[in-house]
Amino acid sequence: MTRFAEKETAITGVGMSVVSRGADKSALALTVDAALEAIADAGLARADIDGIATWPGERADGSGFSPVGCAALQDALRLELGWYGGGGEAPGQYGAVFNAIGAIAAGLCRNVLIFRTMYEATARKTAYANSLLREGQRQAGPFAWYAPYYTYAAALQQALFFNLYVHKSGIRPEQVGQIAVNQRRNAALNPNAIYKTPISIDDYLASPLIATPLRLYDCDVPIDGAAAIIVSRMDVARTLKNPPIRIEAIGSSMRYRNSWTQLNELDTQAQPKVAEMMWSRTDLKPAEVDIAQLYDGFSFHTINWLENFGFCERYGAKDFLDGGHRIALGGELPVNTGGGALSGGRLHAYGAVHEACTQLWDRAGARQVKGDPRVCATSTSGGPLAGAMLLVRD
Amino acid sequence: MIARTLPVIDRDNEAYWTWGRDGKLAIHRCASCEYFVHPPVPFCPRCESRDVAPQAVSGRGRVVTFTVNHKAWVPDLTDPYVLALVAIEEQDDVRLACNIVECDPETVDFNMGVEVVFEQAEDLWVPLFRPVTA
Repeated sequence: MTRFAEKETAITGVGMSVVSRGADKSALALTVDAALEAIADAGLARADIDGIATWPGERADGSGFSPVGCAALQDALRLELGWYGGGGEAPGQYGAVFNAIGAIAAGLCRNVLIFRTMYEATARKTAYANSLLREGQRQAGPFAWYAPYYTYAAALQQALFFNLYVHKSGIRPEQVGQIAVNQRRNAALNPNAIYKTPISIDDYLASPLIATPLRLYDCDVPIDGAAAIIVSRMDVARTLKNPPIRIEAIGSSMRYRNSWTQLNELDTQAQPKVAEMMWSRTDLKPAEVDIAQLYDGFSFHTINWLENFGFCERYGAKDFLDGGHRIALGGELPVNTGGGALSGGRLHAYGAVHEACTQLWDRAGARQVKGDPRVCATSTSGGPLAGAMLLVRD
Repeated sequence: MIARTLPVIDRDNEAYWTWGRDGKLAIHRCASCEYFVHPPVPFCPRCESRDVAPQAVSGRGRVVTFTVNHKAWVPDLTDPYVLALVAIEEQDDVRLACNIVECDPETVDFNMGVEVVFEQAEDLWVPLFRPVTA
């Protein structure tokens, strides 16, 4: 029988810096905060960390999108590593985790520090508008096909896909808006969230249109912050202080056209094959999932994942979301329990892993999901990017 | 409208962004099996031929999906505009990003029939699409 290497790994510690709309310290300092917290949480010392990974690696472009890479953090902490890797060509933001699993399986390292740092709030206050386009510069790469058409932000491509989804599914704005309303409700119970004032469906419907059908409250919030997790080899994990959160299964496939224009199914994005792969590597079924931390760079992604993970039928999210009760903290599938990226802040799926572990370790305080949740589905996405993980605490 | 941001031109995409000078929309096509290959690359993923080169297509297509932008991402970008993906008439899985022009943005719809028009920008001719009038 095939051995699945992710089953020999576990998350053993998590950490997160203060998340804000303008930090009082550098991006590297925020990263150090998150990293030291994660190392201590696992019951490890700096000397125990022998691997480091991030996505998408350092981008010294002033955008704040990924201001800290492996080299900067390795040197800041003076780590001695058997392996390291950071890069953007991967199954979404979880590419760093999947690479770490491979490195552990290869015997290159035992405890991998994985982190994601963003400094976009500060970047926007100075010179950079986080645009896909740079004035006066010709564009290369996949976005060049969109460049001449005033495609200033990822929101526009996502709006294209979202509009087709709305057209095919018939979902109504007040059903879409349940994602934003639910997450704001959860964020009110999360001390480290950005937006904590409750919103209603009427507030959602009154929020400005960005690009039809995408509204402001469908978009996540750029922040300054860092999240870190420790992924350990299972035999090491069993000796540490936290109950291991096993990586039960991953989805990392690219069995589709990896293109922002030619993606096979625009309205479901890249997720179906990735979810299918994840479920093929576990005996667990969607009905056994206790909580879900689903990617929410835009609320449309979360809607896609509800369907593509099989929590409801294709184009059935409109009924699943209707009224918002099923996805609430006390519902049948609590979703994005810390407020997600929409209200908690854009930590690009690593905020979601942090929240998953917080819930599975029963540390979530006022927002703790009742009933001893053990199984969490979590995901990343965006057009042709997608990655999925199923996390289990025994 | 404000100036369009232009693509870097290379050997593969040059025809797409320049044949508009002669009013032609260039899409790479396999000479062996007639499959259209887009984005352009001189290899046919269907029959493995290397004999793939730009060819003028009809310039007609349909709106696969679209969005009406309302946010002024930069100053002066105040009027709503339509970003769309258009499938060419010859092969439905060849999708071109574009603006739909020469119409009220609110009238654009799924599957609307469109035809190419070109707008010169520096040394390039940017393909745009407008509704087909009956």
